[in-house]
Amino acid sequence: MLNKKLVFATLSSLILGFTSLTANAMTAEEQKGLEISLESKKKDEGWADSSADMLMILKNKQGQESIREIKMKSLEIMNDGDKSLTIFNKPRDVKGTAFLSFSHPVEADEQWLFLPALKRVKRISSRNKSGPFMGSEFAFEDLSSFEVEKYTYKYLGDEAANGEMSFKVEQYPVDENSGYTRRIVWIDQSEYRVQKIEFYDRKNTLLKTLTFSDYKQYLDKHWRADVQHMVNHQSGKSTELKWSNYQFKTGLKDSDFNRNSLKRAR
Amino acid sequence: MKSTWFTSVLASSVLTASTVTAAEFELSGKVSVEHRHFFKDAQFAGQFDGGQSSVALEPELYWSWNDGFDSIIFTPFYRVDSQDDNRQHGDIRELAYIHAEDDWELRVGIRKEFWGVTEFQHLVDVINQTDNVEDFDGEDKLGQQMINLSLVQDWGIVDFFILPGFRERTFASEQGRLRGPIVVDKDNVTYESSAKQQHLDVALRWAHSIGDFDLGSYWFHGTNREPILTPSHNGESLVLQQYYNQMDQLGLDVQATLGDWLWKFETIYRKTSTESFVATQAGFEYSFIGIFDSNLDLGLLTEYAWDSRGVVDFNTVEFGHSGSVFQNDLFLGTRLAFNDMQSTEVLMGLGTDLDHSANSFLMEASRRFGDNFKASLDIRLLQSSDSIDTAFMLRDDDHAQFSVEWYF
Repeated sequence: MLNKKLVFATLSSLILGFTSLTANAMTAEEQKGLEISLESKKKDEGWADSSADMLMILKNKQGQESIREIKMKSLEIMNDGDKSLTIFNKPRDVKGTAFLSFSHPVEADEQWLFLPALKRVKRISSRNKSGPFMGSEFAFEDLSSFEVEKYTYKYLGDEAANGEMSFKVEQYPVDENSGYTRRIVWIDQSEYRVQKIEFYDRKNTLLKTLTFSDYKQYLDKHWRADVQHMVNHQSGKSTELKWSNYQFKTGLKDSDFNRNSLKRAR
Repeated sequence: MKSTWFTSVLASSVLTASTVTAAEFELSGKVSVEHRHFFKDAQFAGQFDGGQSSVALEPELYWSWNDGFDSIIFTPFYRVDSQDDNRQHGDIRELAYIHAEDDWELRVGIRKEFWGVTEFQHLVDVINQTDNVEDFDGEDKLGQQMINLSLVQDWGIVDFFILPGFRERTFASEQGRLRGPIVVDKDNVTYESSAKQQHLDVALRWAHSIGDFDLGSYWFHGTNREPILTPSHNGESLVLQQYYNQMDQLGLDVQATLGDWLWKFETIYRKTSTESFVATQAGFEYSFIGIFDSNLDLGLLTEYAWDSRGVVDFNTVEFGHSGSVFQNDLFLGTRLAFNDMQSTEVLMGLGTDLDHSANSFLMEASRRFGDNFKASLDIRLLQSSDSIDTAFMLRDDDHAQFSVEWYF
């Protein structure tokens, strides 16, 4: 018992020492970049659970459109990544397909897919971060919940975006499976909302720009953009996300995010 | 008696539904038009040559109320076929009432329940009977009557099944392709149990996810879904008579999801009054994400099948000692996902028997057109020069199948 305590004490002092060491090693820009992201995350904490409908409009170079209709339910987990349930309604051939994800800040996410034709629940690899979501310009990692630990940061300066004076912060993904070398994010100074993100591919060339618009505030606290517009500069394709029916604190529980709820999700 | 009670439970649930006014109703489904072309002339007398066309309708009616915690689903199915009388058939895939609470769920009615993790053979999947005339991959199932109570515990999900009413397997008719030399008789089916089709089957399953591992284990007691087929005379003609014995089966399925690797393992132990055996299907799937700097994903699959019964030997076959088609077989596959707007996908698989000459090749390619149409092209080739393998009976049944599905 005494030994265990001793080991624990040594261990925690080591960890503490390590974190303070890395903190010390940060430049002022890195420190400020991290603080902005921490503040942005903190300002949105306490939403408990949410549900919303998502309409995805995919456009190719020729302007041809394709629609995706998706319902999303999320559960906020303190000190870990969120749990989410994604239910597909359109295109019709994937109707009834549902996706359950337990995200984690550092370790691999746990993900299951329900395939309605076979009534099969399939555990899938969460390594696929960089691949396109439903053939859209959004990669899986673009749609996963924001966790501070997923990036390291550097504050680049102040700049207006969407008419809002913003902090311009560069983010470097920690996960080696990310499709990006870096993202540049504009976070407005009044409410700490993300206004714009630029994505740089593995060759460090500009790949996509995501613009957030029509922000609405829910429960006097949580800001959500009704529209997210992603433009791929290399392929000329774009995807527009339109959110509706945002609801918070609807009483969703852990039990709404398991294999059984995945199978009957609608 | 049992079925009367069963119907009354269902009827009362349906009644409850209709009295609730806030119910939501949804109609969806699909119509598929399909054409198969067989490359070679038929091997056996009575079978058709060339093409086979069919149309299938599968609507889904869904009612829910109480925020979706109560629901009724109804999925009838019917196929019209130009060549095979047995393939022209209907089924109720689902007609069930589901009530969900935080830590338990009750499902009553006709349903489909899938178990397992592997791709080339579904060994542990035991609840539903195979709708064999639909396709020869064995993935199409007939609806099964059941009462299923599901309990959610910290240590996993426990499912209790009571399965009243047994469904007989479907087989190709005399005109149909993809069958053996002797036609399976739809009538004169015999059972080991004196209760015949009314034997009350039961099953108990536990499933849980622990970190990277997904585990499932079960015990099934009841009518064997696989019939024993014995040649017998039906009037003048020689037919295969179906006999369903009783079985106890233990099953285990494990998947380890480690980075880009999926490790899969399924095994069963089955005991009947005439034999007991162990069978296993195991392998892995590895995915390359975004190959050639594109959006293309490439998955590689390898699986191995083993069965303690060994090969099916028609010369020394003893009643109830069936042998297995997948007794020492290797499967290789690739899955190409284009991740484009039309969800284009190509799947290829190769199966080979390591004990004797029997090979199979399959390719499935599909793509969406517009918002509501999907087209698929399937090619299946079978080769064998060894009369003891079932592939030998199907060696002239190589075919291509083109289908268009309309979703509404």
